[in-house]
Amino acid sequence: MPQQQTSSPGQGQRFEWWAVPAAATASEPAVGFRRTAVPAQPAPVGTTPVQPTAAAAEPVAAPAVPHRQEPAPESTTDSTEVYRTVQAGAAFQDIRRSYRAFVFPVSGAFLGWYLMYVAAEAAAPGVMRTAVAGPLNVAWLLGLLQFATTFLLTWLYARNARTKRDRAALGLRWDTQDQLR
Amino acid sequence: MTTLMTAVTTTATPPPVAPTGDHHNLAIVLFAVIVLVTLGITLWVGRQGNAAEDFYAGGRDFTPLQNGFALSGDYLSAASFLGVAGLIALYGYDGVLYSIGFLVAWLVVLMLVAELVRNAGRYTLADVLALRLRHRKVRAAAGGASVVVTLLYLVAQMVGAGSLVAMLLGTNSSQARTWTIIAVGALMIVYVTVGGMRATTWIQIVKAFLLIAGSVLLTVLLVIRFRGDLFELMRQAAQHSGVGQRYLEPGLKYGATLTSRLDFFSLGLALVLGTAGLPHILSRFYTVPTARAARRSTMWAIGLVGGFYLMAIALGLGATALVGSDEVRHANSAGNTAVPLLALVLGGGNGSTGGVVLFALISAIAFATILAVVAGLTLASSAAFAHDIWAGAWRDRPRRGRPDEVTEKPSEQQEVVVARFAAAGIGAAAIVISLFAQHLNVAFLVGLAFAVAASANLPVLLYSLFWSRFTVRGAVWSVYGGLVPAIVLVFFSPVVSGTKAALFPGVDFHWFPLENPGMISIPLGFLAGWIGTLTSPEPADADRFAELEVRALTGAGAA
Repeated sequence: MPQQQTSSPGQGQRFEWWAVPAAATASEPAVGFRRTAVPAQPAPVGTTPVQPTAAAAEPVAAPAVPHRQEPAPESTTDSTEVYRTVQAGAAFQDIRRSYRAFVFPVSGAFLGWYLMYVAAEAAAPGVMRTAVAGPLNVAWLLGLLQFATTFLLTWLYARNARTKRDRAALGLRWDTQDQLR
Repeated sequence: MTTLMTAVTTTATPPPVAPTGDHHNLAIVLFAVIVLVTLGITLWVGRQGNAAEDFYAGGRDFTPLQNGFALSGDYLSAASFLGVAGLIALYGYDGVLYSIGFLVAWLVVLMLVAELVRNAGRYTLADVLALRLRHRKVRAAAGGASVVVTLLYLVAQMVGAGSLVAMLLGTNSSQARTWTIIAVGALMIVYVTVGGMRATTWIQIVKAFLLIAGSVLLTVLLVIRFRGDLFELMRQAAQHSGVGQRYLEPGLKYGATLTSRLDFFSLGLALVLGTAGLPHILSRFYTVPTARAARRSTMWAIGLVGGFYLMAIALGLGATALVGSDEVRHANSAGNTAVPLLALVLGGGNGSTGGVVLFALISAIAFATILAVVAGLTLASSAAFAHDIWAGAWRDRPRRGRPDEVTEKPSEQQEVVVARFAAAGIGAAAIVISLFAQHLNVAFLVGLAFAVAASANLPVLLYSLFWSRFTVRGAVWSVYGGLVPAIVLVFFSPVVSGTKAALFPGVDFHWFPLENPGMISIPLGFLAGWIGTLTSPEPADADRFAELEVRALTGAGAA
């Protein structure tokens, strides 16, 4: 399938803007760089000693899995190894944790708040009719609050992504793509 | 108090609004201008590239601002512009729910879908699933569901287009409606086959700009008319609604029985979860270079969509206050002409130059809206067919008698040719179905498309992105487990049989009480995916999930 090829170097031509610095840092020892880059990744965090060992063990364990299922092409096996290593690395675990820690509770909260609002109109129309100010009643107030919370959460999400994970994700992207080439 | 009194006296009696001939000529001229401009964009932009990346993803070099406008252009259909304002004009507060559901849905897109889909996929929704579930059955299921959703949405838009354009042009003959549907269908086929995603995106941008500008103009005129007193606007609206204070309270449309309240909840659920499963929205994220750009374009879209719906609420109230619910209902029983009628009044009333110009302008914007949305839908549908069903599933099928023969993978160039033919075929199918479905309620069809998208597409997408144990069987079950109940429940609902407004009014085989199946079919989609995964004979492929996760969250290796 076409999208499988994205890990192959041929796909890289769309990313000339980053490929230039990447080529400058790891131009010829592409293979050697991969070996050094893997243990280096957990270094900035390094709080959990379990993850580095898992990361080191992964390259040995990973190739056995795809061969058991179907004969995959050489490059696929290679990239699988890289992805497994990166996934187990502390840098990636940090990105994933900060993403999920924000997104899961907030999604639950705004879906709950919206469904509560919809259910209230079906279940408690009397409360919704209570006048608040002028022609505004509780229903209108809650509806306008839905608009307000949507704009607020959009801004909070963007701020969280920008400050907590954008930089780390971009760094890890370059690292991973260096290993993949 | 005196200002309040004068406001009451100047607007207390709604001016008689009966569209007469003269303002339709200008509308026809503006319609022609819009057709010429969009065709010009198509021819000019369409020459810029012919690769698959150009056809499906517009070359991936749009900016977040451009894509934000295009996203809101794809999303704000005529059903939103005319439909939501019309519902508010007729049903007051209950119409507001639509706008809130449509807006809150974007938070799901922003937080759970946009960036990850941008990184993990290439052209379609099924690309994301196929990254970890490499099986042709998954592609066939997801591609098929995408085609069904877009086709439903397409029929809704074209049925709306038929009655709307005919009405805006001042005729109500069935012949005018039929020819409008055929003309709109032919135009959208030209846009998509000639211009691909790049032309479609530019048409969306132009249309979104016109739509926002037109709404701002009308809202400013409305607010000036009421001297900035929005409470007075609400009071006047209640006064001219024919039902008094109940107009501003929930329950006017959905309050009569328990069934209608459940229907209301079902619709609300479908609206908020459906957007993140709409194929034509998801494929928009592939037109920007990075996940960060996808996020920023979603933020632009939320700002534009939210601002637009706030204006739509004001315009709906304004239509009731200045035109009156009875006049709105008299012009079109679904309220679809509320905004053009309001424009006529705000411009100075029938017969005045300002009123004629404003009416024609707003009608032309509504026409541009229809053209742009159907083009986006046709493109997404043809992509799902060519990329997922034809290239991904059909060409990969095991051949009987020749098991060892390795089928040659179709080149991307072949795929684009197939996609162009598919666009023409799907467009033709949509025209034919729309001609037969002309008397179906547009809002219901849109609600149904959202329900199917939320039942068939969203569960499989979320499971794939977030659940490490998800398997091929789980994916296939999840798609069909949402799609089939949604379709079956609608077939046995009062929409198809048993009521006067039904598709087959003469017979009655309905046993499902709700019009919108979302409340049942969305949980079923999630449940089927979960059961399918648990009963799967083979475990999940951890390697593929590692690739998906790393790619989705960092962008490493993304297209």
